[in-house]
Amino acid sequence: MNAKAIAAWGIAAAVLVALAFAPSYLGPYGIGLMIGIAGYVTLATAWALFSGPTRYVSLATVAFFGIGAYTVAVLSESLPYPLVLLAAAAIGLVVALVVGLSTLRLAGVYFVIFTFGLAELIRQLVTWYEVNVTGTLGRYIFLDLGPEDIYWQLLALAAVTLLLAWWIGRSRIGLALKVIGDDEVVAAHCGIDIARVKLALFALSAVIITLVGAIQAPRWTYVEPAIVFNPTISFLTLIMALLGGANRLWGPLLGAVPLFLLFEWLSANFPNHYSIILGLLFIAIVFVLPKGVLAFTEKLWKRGRAR
Amino acid sequence: MIVTAILAGLVLGGTYALIAMGLTLQYGIARIMNLAYGDMIITAAFLAFALYSGAGINPLIGLAIAAPAGFILGYAVYALMMHPLVARAKDRVSLETDSILATFGLLFVIQGVLFVIFGGNYTSYSYLNVPVTILGTNIAANRLLAFVLAVVIGGLLYLALTRTRWGTALRAVAVSPSSAALVGIDVDRQARFAFALGGALAACGGVVISMYQTFTAASGVVFTMKALIVVIMGGVGNVLGALSAGLILGLVETFVATYLDPGLTLAATYLIFLVILLWRPSGLFGRSAR
Repeated sequence: MNAKAIAAWGIAAAVLVALAFAPSYLGPYGIGLMIGIAGYVTLATAWALFSGPTRYVSLATVAFFGIGAYTVAVLSESLPYPLVLLAAAAIGLVVALVVGLSTLRLAGVYFVIFTFGLAELIRQLVTWYEVNVTGTLGRYIFLDLGPEDIYWQLLALAAVTLLLAWWIGRSRIGLALKVIGDDEVVAAHCGIDIARVKLALFALSAVIITLVGAIQAPRWTYVEPAIVFNPTISFLTLIMALLGGANRLWGPLLGAVPLFLLFEWLSANFPNHYSIILGLLFIAIVFVLPKGVLAFTEKLWKRGRAR
Repeated sequence: MIVTAILAGLVLGGTYALIAMGLTLQYGIARIMNLAYGDMIITAAFLAFALYSGAGINPLIGLAIAAPAGFILGYAVYALMMHPLVARAKDRVSLETDSILATFGLLFVIQGVLFVIFGGNYTSYSYLNVPVTILGTNIAANRLLAFVLAVVIGGLLYLALTRTRWGTALRAVAVSPSSAALVGIDVDRQARFAFALGGALAACGGVVISMYQTFTAASGVVFTMKALIVVIMGGVGNVLGALSAGLILGLVETFVATYLDPGLTLAATYLIFLVILLWRPSGLFGRSAR
């Protein structure tokens, strides 16, 4: 490890420590914002973990997020909290494997279609089950977790996710993933088991997203399917990862922070119009910055240096 | 009971077939995966609702207004949004990704606009809500009309695609865009036209749906989903396949709703989709290669 790398790790650790102490100098509103930011940074990074290199656009973020949140709502009374998180992760994993095994062998568009309606499907199934079997729609979560606890958990998860993304980027599986994203035929000829690599990454990304939902669930106190399966969450995650650049380690983070703050401002000031504004913004990003802000500034920087 | 279910299933299936035909044109010929398709349908449904309950205009005349409007909207969306993406796309996969992302954004724009204008409530209107007796069971006249409209519009489209020179050119683009250009077909123009025609079909589907179903500004996703599944089932770009797959889906859904539970229809749709993906990903009637 050279001096530069040590310095980078030192800075990352210092930032993490500074962020961990944020609750002591921020008010309740500040902590709420930080929870949202930490949540979306994790969601966007986890999304980009799979969808960035493979270019398979997953529209199912909120399906897994909702599974996590709803599992907590159902199990928090009967199981200790760590086991609840574990159960949520396991359910997320199983759903991801079902989706992945049935679609990832095929062309990417089947995967997109399947994920597109997945949240709606799970929402309707949960609603049906609650109405017909348990007879109640909507549940309360009474967990002894303050906003600080939620924030610390999310911060830890965000750090782990970034670490995982960094590690995968330089491991064999990360290289395999890059080849798959560039050309699947070449990847197959290199002896890469395409379906298995994609499945593993998709499952990992889905489990992290499920955990974000599970950890954030106690914030709501009252949970019902329409709240936790809100498609805006899928949409925001996607737009954040794309704005920053889904192929870069820090891209999703760079996209998530400003867009989350913008979203907060928009939903406070234009509650009825924010979906239109975000939609237009999203289209603009697809057109102007197809590879994200990071790649764009790098290109500008290189052009400036070449001159 | 069973005759009622079959009739209701055929009505629903006819509507699905109609909307899936539009999507199969957009995806099979114009090569645009349009995730905002269902929201175009719902826009037309709201248009028909506004015309009928606001100005007392008969939905059949509403159809004559909505279809050209859908054509123009589809044309504009293709020319303004999709054409730049097509022009910059290196290959089919990158065009697919770009179009998925762009239309996903469009979905939220259209949904947001509908939400602002019409609110988030369930909407419906009562038109021709009188019983008609067929084969010993009663069916609402509006459903019957919806079925007849789906059959007429779908049949006309099928004839146009298979019997005319113009339709043959469109199908040639669906089979192979690069070879179509070699025999003097303007692929770009055909793609634009197919996308606009898909928009017109979405509008027709929306007006037909509004005659007998309740809908909200958020219903678009479900219609896109169902249309996509029908398209995959029938084989991408295959109009006759979309027609039969739409009828099958409608029948299955109605039977599930009648004999199991109405809350499980989407689950049944997904189950069919899963079986198709595992068993014949190229569609029930498609060729084995993609």
